[in-house]
Amino acid sequence: MASSGDIKNLQDIDQYKYGFSDPDVSVYKTRKGLDREVVEQISAMKSEPKWMLEYRLKAFEHFLERPMPTWGGDVGGLDLDSIYYYVKPAEMEGRTWDDVPDSIKQTFDKLGIPEAEQKFLSGVGAQYESEMVYHSIQEHLEQQGVIFLSIEEGLRQHPDLFREYFGTVIPYTDNKFAALNSAVWSGGSFVYIPPGVKVELPLQAYFRLNIANIGQFERSMIIVDEGAEVHYVEGCTAPTYSTDSFHSGVIEIIVKRGARSRYTTIQNWSTNVYNLVTQRAMVYEDASHDWVDANIGSKLSMKYPSCYLMGKGARGEILSMAFATDGQHQDTGGKMVHVAPYTTSKITAKSISQGSGRSSYRGLLKVHDGAVGSKSNVVCDALLLDPHSRSDTYPYIEIDEAEVSIGHEASVSKVGEQQLYYLMSRGLSEEEAIRMVVSGFIEPLVKELPMEYAVEMNRLIQIQMEGSIG
Amino acid sequence: MTDILEVKDLHTSIDGQEILKGVNLIVREGEIHALMGPNGTGKSTLANVLMGHPTLDVTKGQILFKGEDLAGIATDERARMGLFLAFQYPVAIPGVSVANFLRQAINAHRKARDPEYKGISIPEFRKLLKEKMDLLEMAHEFAGRYLNDGFSGGEKKRAEILQLATLEPSIAILDETDSGLDIDALRIVASGVNTLAGPNLGVLIITHYQRILNYIKPDKVHIMLDGQIVESGGADLAEHLEEQGYDWVREKHNGKVEA
Repeated sequence: MASSGDIKNLQDIDQYKYGFSDPDVSVYKTRKGLDREVVEQISAMKSEPKWMLEYRLKAFEHFLERPMPTWGGDVGGLDLDSIYYYVKPAEMEGRTWDDVPDSIKQTFDKLGIPEAEQKFLSGVGAQYESEMVYHSIQEHLEQQGVIFLSIEEGLRQHPDLFREYFGTVIPYTDNKFAALNSAVWSGGSFVYIPPGVKVELPLQAYFRLNIANIGQFERSMIIVDEGAEVHYVEGCTAPTYSTDSFHSGVIEIIVKRGARSRYTTIQNWSTNVYNLVTQRAMVYEDASHDWVDANIGSKLSMKYPSCYLMGKGARGEILSMAFATDGQHQDTGGKMVHVAPYTTSKITAKSISQGSGRSSYRGLLKVHDGAVGSKSNVVCDALLLDPHSRSDTYPYIEIDEAEVSIGHEASVSKVGEQQLYYLMSRGLSEEEAIRMVVSGFIEPLVKELPMEYAVEMNRLIQIQMEGSIG
Repeated sequence: MTDILEVKDLHTSIDGQEILKGVNLIVREGEIHALMGPNGTGKSTLANVLMGHPTLDVTKGQILFKGEDLAGIATDERARMGLFLAFQYPVAIPGVSVANFLRQAINAHRKARDPEYKGISIPEFRKLLKEKMDLLEMAHEFAGRYLNDGFSGGEKKRAEILQLATLEPSIAILDETDSGLDIDALRIVASGVNTLAGPNLGVLIITHYQRILNYIKPDKVHIMLDGQIVESGGADLAEHLEEQGYDWVREKHNGKVEA
């Protein structure tokens, strides 16, 4: 790129339009740092059944014993003693936006959530700090038995259903951060779609951090009963602070026989947020689950959504997109585990690295003995925008069954001088030309998004690149 | 007639090696010129230096376009001034549809003329694109394909001519547009160029073979050898080349151009 003008590594922090913060209006917060007492306080604040407190405490013990991961991104800068593990923003969760305190409602207005709800969503949940402040679903869906509640209300109103599945997809022993989440979880959605019910418009949950040094431990459970269909979308933003914040969610999804589900994430945290998330779907006979995972924000993301293909003919797909610019590390990818015969999976990962940004694809494909006739295809493409941008690929493949069909392709490309010259010879400026190459690169993922999100995604990418290109 | 493109004693180097050694050429509005010559004589280098390729250094001489010296003017600005290059090897831009690309290119051109321009409306663009595609006998679904991605040689060349038709430049340089085309594709491309050529468009056809000149009648023919234009004449010069090959040109100018 030398002769056609170097791309400058200027990250103009003001380009992140969600970086505003509002005054701390919280009604309660635990002290900074974490110990057994803090776990007990969180549980007490939620007036939980005893089994849940015991579960939290066991998970907390496990969290203490478990070493910090030494692979993936550098979590060394994350000071677990300096964050607030639980911040209650309001006295109660609203069923209408009028029930939500003004200062918090204004934030969601600025983010355009109530407007989107009116236009193209089946239901919306909004989390502010540690609690959902709003949850609402279209009445006709509620009448069909669709449940869309905060995770706490799910536990209160549907204790048996909750207990049947909680922690079954991702046990607290899964990894250190799953253990942490299991100890201090707060907020997130509880979703149940009854057999045969097809929810046509997406359900969206929106996560917002406001104060500095906060930890958000969203916990969501989505149960899609036989033959049902749902698309759940999550979005997230935070103010830009000089100190770090922490988001560590656990998402458990059960997709029963013949059901279809899709979970779309548009992660746009500010660049002082550590984002360490465990997401997993159990997919049963002839069912399918898709993860559409776009990671644009955060300081470090470690996130590998996975599908466990448990029933014959189950299908899983991951579309992963990561954009790492200066100071960011996106360590993302996905896992596909074929347990049953004739299961199929597909992973398409696209990453863009700009400036000193680093994106890594980390993926696991595992086919268990007996998963005959299974098929999988993994494609990862990386695009480097600068000579010193970095991209790595860590594909792990474990195949214990002979009768399978596996494909794996990886490519790394640079925005080529020839591409820029070609586009510029048609009158596009260098900046427009680079944007065009980038938007084309992520097109396979963007076209999978509902129209409104596709527009939003393209806009986010443009914002991310603005001011970073000379 | 105004001199629209004037190349004066142009010298150009790549990595310190001189490729163009004093090219002189004038293409006026509405004229069709053919630039012929064996491989490796600098024809494509001339095309790219006219377009402002960033790795080519003009060491001497100048290029005037509509009376303006192009020195220091970047490729994109040259394009917006009305210069167009149909590439010999157009690069693929995966994920960007022909239509999307053309719409942005049109907007870039129009915004250059009017900074207040808000962008072409979808209906206007559709109408324009349909019209140009029909002119080039292209199936409309072509507009939805990713630019040059998986295109056959003929499709790439046709896409180049579609861009030429849509962007309406004043000077179009066609760099080996005829290479790799079968006879039907060549006929369609040539008839496209003939339709577009007119009082507002000057064309410089760069070619190795005389073949395309059976379909497009040039006003002037030039022969390039070792970085210089050594012969210029009318259409009959191309016919002469077809019969005699390049050897007589080499013999005639041997020593002269080496010096």
